[in-house]
Amino acid sequence: MITFDSVSKRYPDGTVAVDALSLEAPTGEITVLVGPSGCGKTTSLRMINRMIDASEGEILLDGVPVRGIDPPTLRRGIGYVIQQAGLFPHRRIIDNIATVPYLLGWDRKKARATAMELLERVGLDPALAQRYPFQLSGGQQQRVGVARALAADPPVLLMDEPFSAVDPIVRTNLQDELLRLQSELNKTIVFVTHDIDEAIKLGDRVAVLRVGGRLAQVADPKTLLSEPADDFVREFLGQDRGIRRLRFISADGLRLRTDLTVPEGSDGGTSEPWLLVVDADDRPLGWRPGAEPGRLEPFGTYAHRGDTMRAALDAALLSPSGCAVAVDEQGKVVGVATRQALDEALTEAADG
Amino acid sequence: MNWLISFLDWLREFFGDPENWTGSDGIPMRLLEHLEFSALALVLAVLIAVPLGLLVGHTGRGELLVVVSANLARALPTLGLLVMFVLLLGASSIWPVIIPLVLLSVPPILVNTYEGVKGVDPELRDAAYGMGLRGEQVLWRVLVPVALPLILLGCRLSAIQVVATTTVAAYTGLGGLGRYVIDGFATKDYASVVGGSVLIVLFALVVQVLFALVQRVTVSPGVSRRLKVR
Repeated sequence: MITFDSVSKRYPDGTVAVDALSLEAPTGEITVLVGPSGCGKTTSLRMINRMIDASEGEILLDGVPVRGIDPPTLRRGIGYVIQQAGLFPHRRIIDNIATVPYLLGWDRKKARATAMELLERVGLDPALAQRYPFQLSGGQQQRVGVARALAADPPVLLMDEPFSAVDPIVRTNLQDELLRLQSELNKTIVFVTHDIDEAIKLGDRVAVLRVGGRLAQVADPKTLLSEPADDFVREFLGQDRGIRRLRFISADGLRLRTDLTVPEGSDGGTSEPWLLVVDADDRPLGWRPGAEPGRLEPFGTYAHRGDTMRAALDAALLSPSGCAVAVDEQGKVVGVATRQALDEALTEAADG
Repeated sequence: MNWLISFLDWLREFFGDPENWTGSDGIPMRLLEHLEFSALALVLAVLIAVPLGLLVGHTGRGELLVVVSANLARALPTLGLLVMFVLLLGASSIWPVIIPLVLLSVPPILVNTYEGVKGVDPELRDAAYGMGLRGEQVLWRVLVPVALPLILLGCRLSAIQVVATTTVAAYTGLGGLGRYVIDGFATKDYASVVGGSVLIVLFALVVQVLFALVQRVTVSPGVSRRLKVR
């Protein structure tokens, strides 16, 4: 566990970057520091591995004040990922990943074997090991940055806006990958971002900081969205926090209708305005309007097991029928969530 | 085409004369002298300028020194400096010539080393410290390899300058390839002037090629980006 005990950072010119911050980052969880620029989130992060020293207060690593640990020794025990990856351009990818093991004096063979393992773990082709950083894309470099931080298997990982310099699609991939990794590794992660959506997606706990380095609120994402502490937090969360809260409500409970699907080719008359046409494998093909049986309209699907209300609602809005199609792992139709079913679930969600 | 014919005649006369290949004023000896003075001056300059440039670039202290020395180097007249030192110290040893040569070649190496280290991406420096490298490890394992192309550029510029200035140094009675040119002019022996000039040009070219080779061997392909993306 990382503990901030009324930590402040004041610069000689009088600027206060962090003001009496008290916060806990529990072991094995992702704690996200989020806030506008100038809120001291990066400063707070960098005080943990002593890239910056606190002016007042104490930062404790499992109860031990970091102030008393020699900075290079401290840093070798803490993974650190920065925005531009910061890979060493003159070293091959494998040696970049093995940086900390080399520093710790590991045997070269063992360090490289670990590096190869990590390369695959972060989802990169082992053939990249012998390349140099300039030969990799931004997203690949960022993955190498994560692998390098993990190389000596540190219990703590500090991530300073690691995904903000890559394009949105790659960013989403990297975020999903981080969550997957974390489910295997259970590191204590402190993650800094200015992107509230990223914070809500990744954080077990989210700490919102305001300009001047003061803590506005710390809570799990669901609580943050439903009970913002004050106007600043409410404004920072943005306008659609109600919608985003749906991400934390499972779609498993949605009432499904199974009588709205028809096999391809059948023209059975029905009083229903919309019917879902499926192929021989039960995979959806499209919605057939009751009034115009020759046409097929687009449809939206969500995973019956695992997806959230947000995904289900999204699926419903993608189709003119207004219904969301629930599919299983193979993409086969499990049932259809109608507007009535969605409405019932939303009413329940709004009630808490 | 007359000039070309006389040029070739002079070359034949100079390089064809067996006398020019032996003795204390023969080509091998003069080449060796030229190499000796140039190399000695350059090595001394590197020993002074590289550590100083690394120190200033890494710590950020003494930047004024670098700026001043760079400007001085541009302002100093080479020949004047040579003559002054010879007059001051006499012509009995090589040092009156070596000292100004060193003084002239320190600034390009110093400035380029300093700029090279100083110019390393701050994110990279930050990452290096963040991984737990200590100050001197950051310098030797990250900053120097990344700044190496610029450091070598400084050395190469100085080397070319030293080779050229060593030629001029023959004015003060020093040996080396400059002797052929200067003595040739004095005695209207144009074969000697032309032959000496060609030797000096070849010498400078060889120095360039040597530096290119050193650069190829020492600079990481990741820094020079020499590799094609496979």
